[in-house]
Amino acid sequence: MSNKELEPLSDPGLPAHAHRKADHDEAAAKRAERKVAILFMLSALGTVLFIYSYIWIAQDIYVYVPIIGTSNAHQLFLGLGLTFSLFFIGVGAVHWAKTLMPDEEVIAQRHEMRSSDEDRADLIASVKENAGAAGLGRRSLIKRTLGLSLGLVGLSPILLLRDLGPQPGDDLTKTTWAEGVHLVTDPGNRRLRPEDLEVGAVAHILPEIENPAERSLNDVAKDAVLLIRMRPEDFRLDAEKLSWTYQGIIAFSKICSHMGCAVALYEQQTKHLLCPCHQSTFDVPTGAKVIFGPSARPLPQLAIKVSEEGYLVAAAPFNQPVGPSFWERKK
Amino acid sequence: MRKLSRLRRRKITAPVLLFLALIIVGNAYAFIGATVTTPGATASNARSTMVDEGRQIFLRGCASCHGLNADGGGIAPALIGVGAASVDFQVGTGRMPLADMSQQAMRKKPLYNEEETAALAAYVATLAPGPAIPGAAQLTFERDGNTAEGGELFRTNCAMCHNAAGQGGALTQGKYAPTLMGVEAKYIYEAMITGPQSMPVFGDKAITPQEKLSMIKWIKSVEAEKGLGGASLGKVGPVTEGLVGWVGGIGLLIAIAVWLTTKSR
Repeated sequence: MSNKELEPLSDPGLPAHAHRKADHDEAAAKRAERKVAILFMLSALGTVLFIYSYIWIAQDIYVYVPIIGTSNAHQLFLGLGLTFSLFFIGVGAVHWAKTLMPDEEVIAQRHEMRSSDEDRADLIASVKENAGAAGLGRRSLIKRTLGLSLGLVGLSPILLLRDLGPQPGDDLTKTTWAEGVHLVTDPGNRRLRPEDLEVGAVAHILPEIENPAERSLNDVAKDAVLLIRMRPEDFRLDAEKLSWTYQGIIAFSKICSHMGCAVALYEQQTKHLLCPCHQSTFDVPTGAKVIFGPSARPLPQLAIKVSEEGYLVAAAPFNQPVGPSFWERKK
Repeated sequence: MRKLSRLRRRKITAPVLLFLALIIVGNAYAFIGATVTTPGATASNARSTMVDEGRQIFLRGCASCHGLNADGGGIAPALIGVGAASVDFQVGTGRMPLADMSQQAMRKKPLYNEEETAALAAYVATLAPGPAIPGAAQLTFERDGNTAEGGELFRTNCAMCHNAAGQGGALTQGKYAPTLMGVEAKYIYEAMITGPQSMPVFGDKAITPQEKLSMIKWIKSVEAEKGLGGASLGKVGPVTEGLVGWVGGIGLLIAIAVWLTTKSR
């Protein structure tokens, strides 16, 4: 095989420009014109529909629309009117451009972007001349104050970096729970006795504080606890964790140890706690051990006991930070 | 006479006669049985007949799984102490008897009518004390409920499983929390006090009866809410809405882009 035969194909060039029907057929052009006019008329009708719906369609009428279902007539026709009025202006304009506007192919040559040497020299000369005339070199007061203001402008965004702090301190490791703090219902803020919970029951719990109306959401996000009652013989806990329960009542932090969602989907039959965000599943009888999902460690268990008046109270604060991991967290 | 003998010889005659005879005998027995009950029976007598009836239905329909003494079997829990409310919920909503051994009993057309369900409930209630069926006097949620309070309680206690708008949601391994739309107030109340299937119990001390009424009132208000735009997409939130937005909306934009670039002829 010689080199001659391997020569690349020759450049076929641009295909011949085919003109549209409307370019040479007067009847087709008329048809296209009418089509565009109809599209613009539809837009005008849309606006009329919008105005009509706004003024005359009552707001409490509901109509059935296939697929969408029952919807409010006022809102529906407002939306349809506005959609028609905007959409058909666009469709009409595009159809106009595609069928009737000039259809000539033009070749425009590309040039180098760089300006010619003379133009560049001219510009430099004129900048130098005008800067001298403005007196930047002479009026040093203006020059310095301008420098000062520009420098200070740069300070503002740097100052805003202060919002990255202050350090949270012990906020991440401490909750409101402490020895003797009463468990109260959320919402309702009622104290609970052990006999208030049947086997298989759950209760959503917050620590009792003096003024529940002023409970901060930040505190709720750390203090929320789920109280579960089951048969004491179903527990498979070590002696220490068993001593943190009371007659089958066990309390866990409701804040997921993965990303901090509220873990509260308790399945009474399987005794699994499920986190709705990433499906971490915790096994309650074994102390909320992770049996499925991305969470890395069990939910912190709150030690509870019964006070002298017979109410459920915390026996100790949480023995570890609640919620997701952070840099300084031990373990 | 000839006509009659011809009729007698026809094939269908014997079964038809037998059928008629059975109906007559059956009705006669029913009539006699009905007249046997003395008109002077006291309320407690009626009650014990109801319990007896319930026991009969139980032995026929439930005992094969729940045991002859309702003490549970290998595949079904004991019913001692579950109370009348439990039976009314499970049987009244058609969940029991189970249609098959799938992950979860679902709501279907009830198999037993109201009287049979009441009799069953009365029987199970005699086994051990348990939650009673809430009467109409207890379900005064229209009067005693507070919608705003109910919404707050619902969001803390129910929304994680039943969805923030009560539409139901998924649990683990094929189980799910059913939708609360269209569920009668009585059954919602019974579910809270008995904790059917995966659902935990929400006792009267953790959530007071008045608070329960508020929650029911809130659920009913959500049910009555009319969607302004229609197409609620199951009210399950941003996933379905995003799907429709991306597939429908972006699809439409692609179609328009294709149309824009086609050359007109």
